[in-house]
Amino acid sequence: MSVGDYIRDSQIWKSIFRHPAPVDRRNRVVVMLTNFFLHLHPVSVKQQGIALSYTWCMGGITFFLFLVETVTGVLLMFYYRPTLEWAYNDILALRDVTTLGIMREIHRWAAHAMVITVWLHMYRVFLTGSYKPPREFNWVVGVLLLVLTLLLSFTGYLLPWDQLAIWAITVGSNMARATPFLGHEGPGAQILNIGGFDLITNATDARFLLLGGRFVGETTLNRFYILHCVAIPLVVAGLIAIHFWRVRKDGGISQPL
Amino acid sequence: MSHHPDLTTSVIKALGWLYLILFAMNAAWTFRSYSRKADVRITGVWGIITALLGMFAIAHITGGSDPERFLIRMPEFVKSFIDLGADPVTYFCGSTLVFIAMIVLRKWWTQPTVAWIMLNLSILFLALSMTDYDFRQIVGKPDNVPIVSMLFIVGFFTWLFFRRAVDNDERIAAGKPLYEVDNGGQEKVLVWPDLVYTELICMVVLSAVLIAWGVALQAPLEEPAAASRTPNPSKAPWYFLGLQEMLVYYDPWMAGVVLPTVILGGLMALPYIDFNKKGNGYFTFNERKFAICTFMFGFLPLWISLIILGTFLRGPNWNFFGIYEPWDAHKLQVLNNVNLSEYFWLDWMTTLRIFEPGLPIAPAGADFGTQVWAIVTREGFGILLVVGYLFALPPVMATTIFRGMFMRMGFLRYMVFSNLVLFMACLPIKMVLRWAFNLKYIVAIPEWFFNI
Ligand code: HEM
Repeated sequence: MSVGDYIRDSQIWKSIFRHPAPVDRRNRVVVMLTNFFLHLHPVSVKQQGIALSYTWCMGGITFFLFLVETVTGVLLMFYYRPTLEWAYNDILALRDVTTLGIMREIHRWAAHAMVITVWLHMYRVFLTGSYKPPREFNWVVGVLLLVLTLLLSFTGYLLPWDQLAIWAITVGSNMARATPFLGHEGPGAQILNIGGFDLITNATDARFLLLGGRFVGETTLNRFYILHCVAIPLVVAGLIAIHFWRVRKDGGISQPL
Repeated sequence: MSHHPDLTTSVIKALGWLYLILFAMNAAWTFRSYSRKADVRITGVWGIITALLGMFAIAHITGGSDPERFLIRMPEFVKSFIDLGADPVTYFCGSTLVFIAMIVLRKWWTQPTVAWIMLNLSILFLALSMTDYDFRQIVGKPDNVPIVSMLFIVGFFTWLFFRRAVDNDERIAAGKPLYEVDNGGQEKVLVWPDLVYTELICMVVLSAVLIAWGVALQAPLEEPAAASRTPNPSKAPWYFLGLQEMLVYYDPWMAGVVLPTVILGGLMALPYIDFNKKGNGYFTFNERKFAICTFMFGFLPLWISLIILGTFLRGPNWNFFGIYEPWDAHKLQVLNNVNLSEYFWLDWMTTLRIFEPGLPIAPAGADFGTQVWAIVTREGFGILLVVGYLFALPPVMATTIFRGMFMRMGFLRYMVFSNLVLFMACLPIKMVLRWAFNLKYIVAIPEWFFNI
């Protein structure tokens, strides 16, 4: 008996993997139903649903990149402190001192890649007409995921707290100042005043809400950190679950009628 | 003139690797041509090209002892020619023309050989351009590397789409079954092993790519944040540069708030306004021409290409720079844009004399109503145009160009749809007005932060 067989025969192994590696048809079906991770999938699919030239694999890759971001992100959180005193220095240390500092590189490049793959996924879903009935709602869920992916990337951009970061966020969040009615330099904001008292000022408008201040400062860093590491990822994870559920409930990957 | 050398030994060596990849790609292509028993002459030509690329690679990898005298570089006259045509008008019109050509010539350029030649040429162009210092400065930035790859990836998938769509359209025309049906696509397979293994391989390959990428390129980290030192240019993250580019033509409340909201709302509305049942679950162009052209126009010339523009071609003061041009913060660009109301009250009324020429202004200390009236008359013409565009055009289009659609869509769907189309068109329209007439605002009410 080889070592491999010995391990696979042990009580520990068998308690973890409820099924031996499937070799025949029956077991290949059963493994899909009994394994927690695999049960996301159906047991069998039409060939087209897994053809790379049809799906471009972009949804799957986006999901994988999301997982990579989660893992590397958690590792980065062990090192990084979101305060004016530490943020920049912690990133510096990740580059120069920390052994697994490459986590930051992987986290950043995978984030860029995820933005691109989510666009390509949308492009493919559009080009195969997969948003048509019965999949309209899953497309809407997808658009929400697209927005959140961009926001994840945007909130993360600030965290290194270097010149690149704060000015990109300043340029981006300056837009909020011009929100109609809700930004203090937006059209209509002047109408919102009571007895000569402006309701919308630079300390009450949409930009202030986003930044937690009149300019990009420590409160902004704190807000963006929490949005980036907790709030948005939770929502994204929830929406991805719904998205996958709907892919299956809507009849799997789209097929010609 | 930049005093930095265009070529250094390390650049030459690095380019050697690029040529080596190009060599390997073409070696494989030559082999493909050979094994498919293509015409001997064609295989021969590919063989010669491959050999040439191999020589290029060797020249780069071994050469470089005296970079100043290295011969393989982008000729100066090509550089100055390309930089000469570098302005937003040429860029946008060029990309729109390429877009139209892409659709019209889809049967031609989706042939593998044509696409292969285009791929080779674009990599060659990139490699030669890399011999320019200023080009390298901007394209070689680690953060910009994904954007360059995005260009190739989007190009590839667009090609793949058109190839499959052209094939399917021919099948439909000939009454034959679709590609997706013909090639066993409708047969059921077990997820284990077919899908699970694909996923596994995909994950391994991707992890390897990410690790290699992380080792090769260091994530950028600039000077510590300083609220007092504004960099020039200050750019939003790259995926928002399309929106930042819109700021040239529209004020922040439009470019940064209204238009993004409309884009997202439009995307969400898409499945509910596209009533065409055809083309669900397979690639086709002919069965959904309008939908595909509209979406692609939004995605390619208005989104991807504006990101490219914002990343690579916009320098200090958001001025436009050619790809080989140094980013000079003192480059002067004359801006004397004129509001529509100024055209109306100063130019046209001087000639036409329907109203007294001169911008209407309320007398100092006038009451609120008079002030509002003065503003509204001043901008009256522009307001009329905007209101007409948004409210009069949809019914007009419903009885003319979109007649068939209106009948099939019903009122509500049609109104949503036509407004989305109008909002999408408002960017190119403003661009053209700006370039042709130096038009600044159609409606200019800075008093209320309301400029269109
Ligand atoms: C975080 C972002 C997203 C993830 C992780 C994700 C993941 C997936 C996966 C794994 C699939 C299975 C098929 C495939 O891989 O193509 C899928 C299908 C689908 N996705 Fe997404 N997706 C995301 C964003 C989007 C976006 C932005 C859209 C559209 C706006 C979208 C619309 C759809 C639709 C309609 C399907 C069904 C496709 C079909 O039946 O052919 N998703 N998604």
